[in-house]
Amino acid sequence: MTLAPPAPATAAEEPPQSLRITYDDGLTDRTATVRVWRGDGTGGRLVDYAVPLQEGMVVLDAIHWIQANRAPDLACRWNCKAGKCGSCSAEVNGRPRLLCKTRVEDAGGPDGQVVVQPMQSFPIVRDLVTDVSWNYEVNATIPPFTPAAGDAAPFVIPEADLVRVEEYRRCIECFLCQDVCHVLREHRATDRFVGPRFLVRIASLELHPKDTRDRLPLLRAEAGIGYCNITKCCTEVCPEHIKITDNAIIPLKERVADREFDPIRALWRRLRPLPMAAWAAVAPQGPAEEDPAEKGAPPELPPG
Amino acid sequence: MAAPARAVPAGALGRLDRWWIYPANVALWLTLFGAYSFWTIVFFHKDSYHQYLSPFYSPLIAGGRIPVSPALLIFWIPLGFRATCYYYRKAYYRAFFQDPPGCAVREPRALAALAPTGRGRLYRGETRLPFILSNLHRFFLYLAIVFVVIFAIDSVDAFSYHGHLGIGLGTGLILVNTVALGLYTFSCHSLRHLIGGGLPCFSCSRAARSRFQLWRLTSWLNLRHSVFAWVSLTTVVLTDLYIHLLQYGVFADPHLGF
Repeated sequence: MTLAPPAPATAAEEPPQSLRITYDDGLTDRTATVRVWRGDGTGGRLVDYAVPLQEGMVVLDAIHWIQANRAPDLACRWNCKAGKCGSCSAEVNGRPRLLCKTRVEDAGGPDGQVVVQPMQSFPIVRDLVTDVSWNYEVNATIPPFTPAAGDAAPFVIPEADLVRVEEYRRCIECFLCQDVCHVLREHRATDRFVGPRFLVRIASLELHPKDTRDRLPLLRAEAGIGYCNITKCCTEVCPEHIKITDNAIIPLKERVADREFDPIRALWRRLRPLPMAAWAAVAPQGPAEEDPAEKGAPPELPPG
Repeated sequence: MAAPARAVPAGALGRLDRWWIYPANVALWLTLFGAYSFWTIVFFHKDSYHQYLSPFYSPLIAGGRIPVSPALLIFWIPLGFRATCYYYRKAYYRAFFQDPPGCAVREPRALAALAPTGRGRLYRGETRLPFILSNLHRFFLYLAIVFVVIFAIDSVDAFSYHGHLGIGLGTGLILVNTVALGLYTFSCHSLRHLIGGGLPCFSCSRAARSRFQLWRLTSWLNLRHSVFAWVSLTTVVLTDLYIHLLQYGVFADPHLGF
């Protein structure tokens, strides 16, 4: 592969003095070579920039320095610079990362270089910006939270029932898990598989103690949970350290196995009502504690 | 829902770190374990040395009464348990099937499938045979739990030294192997689900509240499932190898008799 030589800063590219970043705090006498992919959907190339290194500098700082001092037209999506908005997702040295949580010094490749590229699972808009709108379309197809009829917010939920679902709430929708998932990235199965982010969302609903909707048929069919082969890359790249595979995808796979692949449990589901019905016929009537081993049938919902 | 066609960035580089270390290590050690297991199961028909029974041969079925190794009758149970295990699936999909070889690493098979049609047609994941059989993991779990109980009985038997109470190095190895296999089995993802993870609500009944405590315990073990997977694989080989060395008279079993 032929790479272009570092782009010299010509007079035409020099941004006006008012836009340049000047700083002294933590400035070192070292320089990092940051190679940034520049281009659009029709093609592009890596362009080298020499960036003065600051103590604690993250890759997003370097991108900002390049925008301010070398390439004002460099496109990069960002917002909070605190690892909470999930906007600055990209690939640093080939690994999906948040630019604002990746230090330049830690990201150094074999020869100290830092290669910054856009996410490869989504269409490129320009430079480091990709079109992630497909994710929002998938999200819209997931049936929302559905409490039982007459059970309205605010809910009082014991802490034990929140242990599982609160982890899913940490998701910042950076879509790094979608980017790294080989089913979407390599096999492009976007018409059969929703990706780890939306399996987490389905888990947050399915494991919610107040939700009554049955999404297992959706999981097996449209969501394509069978395409996930548990390689745990989504867990490795999650900046919020959500154990996506262990705590979301595998519990969902086990729920599908309960219903689709476990004849013993199927038989148990059929037989269990018999002694309970017989007991109900002879037992004195009164309030009884229920053991909801299975979710009941979902309530009828209005269309839409 | 189909996404708009993406463009793989022209001139983009792949992973620059040594991502191949993990799959190479897994491939090496699983291949060595497979070769050793094949040798000890198929070609080595000596199942025990005095009170020590090899884990490959336990439970001993029809020992000495059939022309083939008795281990052949039972090896499919631990093999099936490990082959459908959620941890080993990650390991062997990366190491042997390159699906994917590493995170964010190009897959040769996917590139070949996508070239002529623009759509991946080969990848079926765990939706078709044979990998859909991974959904049967829980049935192997049930059998594996029975095996752990049998290994525990073997461990107690290993304290018998020529009819007296005694402790040898082999006793310790068998005991450690049993503990390692127990930890691997009881940290299983399927067990975590069956024991409480499958409940929609932990506070809705007295039984569910009890299962919540068990679920927390298995969740703690489950965090270390991959460690237990490798440790138990190693202890199985070491225990078997030690018993073979005793059978060949390479050295005497150091022991304390009471």
